[in-house]
Amino acid sequence: MSKCVSIHFIFMLLLIEFSQMALAADGKLIGTAGLTQVEGSGGGGIVPWATISGYDSRDQISATATATQVDVDDYRLNVLAASLSLYDRVELSIAHQRFDLKSLGGEIKQNVFGLKYRVYGDVVFSDWPQISVGLQHKRLENGAIAAAVGADNSSSGTDFYVAATKVHLGAIGGYNAVWNLAARATKANQMGLLGYGGVQNSSYELMLEASAGILFSRHLAVGVEYRQKPDNLGLGEDDWMDFFVAYIPSKNFNMTLAWADLGSIAGAQGQKGLYLSFNGQLW
Amino acid sequence: MKVFLPILCFILSACASTHTSVYEQLGGQQKVTEIVDNFVTEIEFDQTILAYFNGANIDRFKEKLSEQICQRTGGPCSYTGDTMTQVHQGMNITEADFNRTVDLLINAMTKADVPHPLQNKVLQVLAPTRKEMLYQ
Repeated sequence: MSKCVSIHFIFMLLLIEFSQMALAADGKLIGTAGLTQVEGSGGGGIVPWATISGYDSRDQISATATATQVDVDDYRLNVLAASLSLYDRVELSIAHQRFDLKSLGGEIKQNVFGLKYRVYGDVVFSDWPQISVGLQHKRLENGAIAAAVGADNSSSGTDFYVAATKVHLGAIGGYNAVWNLAARATKANQMGLLGYGGVQNSSYELMLEASAGILFSRHLAVGVEYRQKPDNLGLGEDDWMDFFVAYIPSKNFNMTLAWADLGSIAGAQGQKGLYLSFNGQLW
Repeated sequence: MKVFLPILCFILSACASTHTSVYEQLGGQQKVTEIVDNFVTEIEFDQTILAYFNGANIDRFKEKLSEQICQRTGGPCSYTGDTMTQVHQGMNITEADFNRTVDLLINAMTKADVPHPLQNKVLQVLAPTRKEMLYQ
């Protein structure tokens, strides 16, 4: 067992251990807090949602921790993330990403600091979708690879987004449906792992990201996600997509399995593989 | 797109063909009464929510809630109680307690053998009352 896998495993056990403590905020309906995406924000798996990550209601605060791995043909992304949610209004998050270059050798590390503010609505009950605005400030720990592939900036960048999320009760044959639409202004190459901006483009571009899912029970959601991406480096960066199954046994713990198609990454074509994520609420 | 069109047609036709009311799908008044009885039992076993019912007339609550569910699900009843705003005035129901009560209603429906998709349809027709109940 490699070091990385064992650290993930221990982290996962800690999550389950913590999540069994009875202190956790429980003011939201089960499933309506969503999941945690690969940059640490409350979301789906690869797309930020308007949902605030914990189960806090307007009178509560909560904290969550997440371990995620995306293992594709030539690369492996490991993410450890934590978030603090205040009164179902503000979400503060931090994520540590380690991107293993399985074929080439080496790794890229990036830290993402997230802030999200719920502007309007309740994902289930308001007439219009819940709307949030957010940012993700990304800092590469070592920019050598980003510089080598021609990034305009190989140290840090900030994404800004607005997201709208809505649950429709009983919408599809009586099953609850959820959708999310996000618009992101970004310069990031492969989420920032390959730096920000490049020879093709070095200014902010607007990318659309979308998710749709069905909840087959209070504990099981199935869906699809799409994330548009820029090609600043001229390396043929592709959009991302995934199909996911999320199992939500309680408000304190959930896990998601997905099949992800990340397309071309730094010239290596057709990167596909499994996405696995464990999320626990600490309080 | 060629794949999506037939699926879309199927979904739309499925929607168009559901003429039977949620009330009828539930099985009428008997099932509504069972849900309401179960709901009151759930509340009696929940200290947090029971506190809101201090001094309440439970028989009247059952009768009016039953009318409310019957009417909103498309049954042959008229709600004769006070407005939701009047009923919940001064209770200052928090969002967390509201959602906790939704969970109790879901439990009540589950114990009355209401299938999951039908539970969602009941929740959907009751959902608009939330804004008259929260933080009043």
